[in-house]
Amino acid sequence: MTTPSSRKIVPKHSSLLTRIRRTRALYMLLIPAIVFLIVFHYYPMYGAIIAFKNYTISGGILGSEWVGLKNFQKFINYYEFPLILKNTLRISIYTITASFFIKLILSLSLNCMRLEGYKKIVQTVTYMPHFISTVVIVGILIRFFNPSIGPISKLIQSLGGTNRDLMGVSEAVPHIYVWSGIWQNAGWSTILYLATLSSVDPTLHEAAIVDGATRMHRVWHIDLPTLIPTIVITLIMDMGRVMSVGADKMLLMQNSLNLSTTQIISTYVYGVGIASASPQYSYGAAISLFNTVINFSLLMIVNTISKKLNQAALW
Amino acid sequence: MRSKSHIKDTKGERIFYLLNGLFLTIFLIFTLYPLMCVISGAISDPIPVARGEVTFYPKGFSLRGFEINLQNPKVLRGFGNSLFYTVVGTVLNLFITVITGYVMSRKELPGRTAISFFMAFTMWFSGGLIPTFLLVRDLGLFNTRWALLIPGMLNVWNMIVCRTFINSTIPEEMFEAASIDGCGYMRFLFSMVLPLSSAIIAVLTLWYAIGHWNSYFNALIYVYEPELQPLQLYLRATLIENIGDLSDVEASTESLGIQELIKNSLILIACLPLWILYPFVQKFFVKGVMIGSVKG
Repeated sequence: MTTPSSRKIVPKHSSLLTRIRRTRALYMLLIPAIVFLIVFHYYPMYGAIIAFKNYTISGGILGSEWVGLKNFQKFINYYEFPLILKNTLRISIYTITASFFIKLILSLSLNCMRLEGYKKIVQTVTYMPHFISTVVIVGILIRFFNPSIGPISKLIQSLGGTNRDLMGVSEAVPHIYVWSGIWQNAGWSTILYLATLSSVDPTLHEAAIVDGATRMHRVWHIDLPTLIPTIVITLIMDMGRVMSVGADKMLLMQNSLNLSTTQIISTYVYGVGIASASPQYSYGAAISLFNTVINFSLLMIVNTISKKLNQAALW
Repeated sequence: MRSKSHIKDTKGERIFYLLNGLFLTIFLIFTLYPLMCVISGAISDPIPVARGEVTFYPKGFSLRGFEINLQNPKVLRGFGNSLFYTVVGTVLNLFITVITGYVMSRKELPGRTAISFFMAFTMWFSGGLIPTFLLVRDLGLFNTRWALLIPGMLNVWNMIVCRTFINSTIPEEMFEAASIDGCGYMRFLFSMVLPLSSAIIAVLTLWYAIGHWNSYFNALIYVYEPELQPLQLYLRATLIENIGDLSDVEASTESLGIQELIKNSLILIACLPLWILYPFVQKFFVKGVMIGSVKG
């Protein structure tokens, strides 16, 4: 890698001090990022110790009294804890599996499309919902399921279905949550897979055609194996997020009628720690920390397994 | 290329391509249908809209929804605020992401592996919502525009994509040649790296701009001053909580229809800026995303 000319600038054999001095301009450029990460990422990690304290505004992070694992116990013994955990895992695993299969099939299908113009149209149109905000998506959902004017509700009614507002039916809301997410992101999420598929050597396909392989054979024996490393990496990353379903979309879909399926960890933290009139900061922080530790452990476990199986790994 | 293959399609092949086309068409309709409903609901005559007769195709024609929204000072203020957050926020994001990506692409940087880990760790482990919230409060950023600009200034994942792009598009020989001619790190960044990275800068601009324009959660928890709130919070009040200026309109069929027109056109107004931005970025996308993420 290092050729004589680059050694002129930063000789590999020179002392660490010399090398640092030669690259000081780079360190200068790094300052904003390092300061930002320390303040807005590492400091909150330190701040998370309030999970083991009873945080008061006057006491601050250091001055508040230690209470050990009390906040964690409070969450685990909370009577809705199993429900919140179940709701979170259900939404998360449902999203991961459904969007994974749709994304895979859509990518393979787009990759097989021979009419380049039509392929472009499908891609452009299916990218459009990705640019729509969560607020607007949920706004559209509420209006579409409105029994008196909503097109989807009208469709359900014309097929002989219910005339209730499905946004208030707790069993329906997780499905609406997941499939509206697929509507929004399926097209966009194919970008990475299609990019990977385009890296296949075309001579591989040509050779297969000469040998009499049908397109279906080639999907199975060429396209799919090409995607495997990318699939493994994305699934590992999904695993590391399995407990962290963001609060923003769910918060908008929640109402008093559907709470039994829509109360998830992040919305609960928001509820007790921020939205409440008497916020319980330490309790909220403890729930988040509990969540992060589980996520992080899952990520490590899956990554280790993947490495053992000789598949792609994050590190 | 493959379609010009001299080997003729067998019957099975033809069925395969036919079914494949059919599947994509169904998906196309699945995506397009809701969008068309919103568009039709924004430009139709208010009476059929109120009766629930308008779905895919518009009925009649009226732009009253757009007119009312564009005369509403709250919509205009929210739009202006969102524009401010998006432009200023994205510029800050780009600045810090590109310079950091450039530094991390220099393999001779002493301690690069450790710094890399220091950065990547924040993607997997975080302090959580409450400690961040308390930090923003203690820094005095509450109810200021900074609360929506600073806390998300650097996205580490985007920085890694940027670093990978620089590593794989700018050959090492170029740096060597430049440095023999006396070009330092700063000068190399500005006169070589930036001009050659327009594809990744375009992609990052889009990613960050989407984030700023569409986010509402940070504004919800950090900014209660209506003067400072972005458009998304106004949308939330109007579309989801159904509060705002619309409730006092009397409930005739026409006024009901006009309310629907207002909401649908508001949705389109909120979507338009990014739909306009995307085509400009599209041509860079293939290069930017593919090089940045696939090899990353």
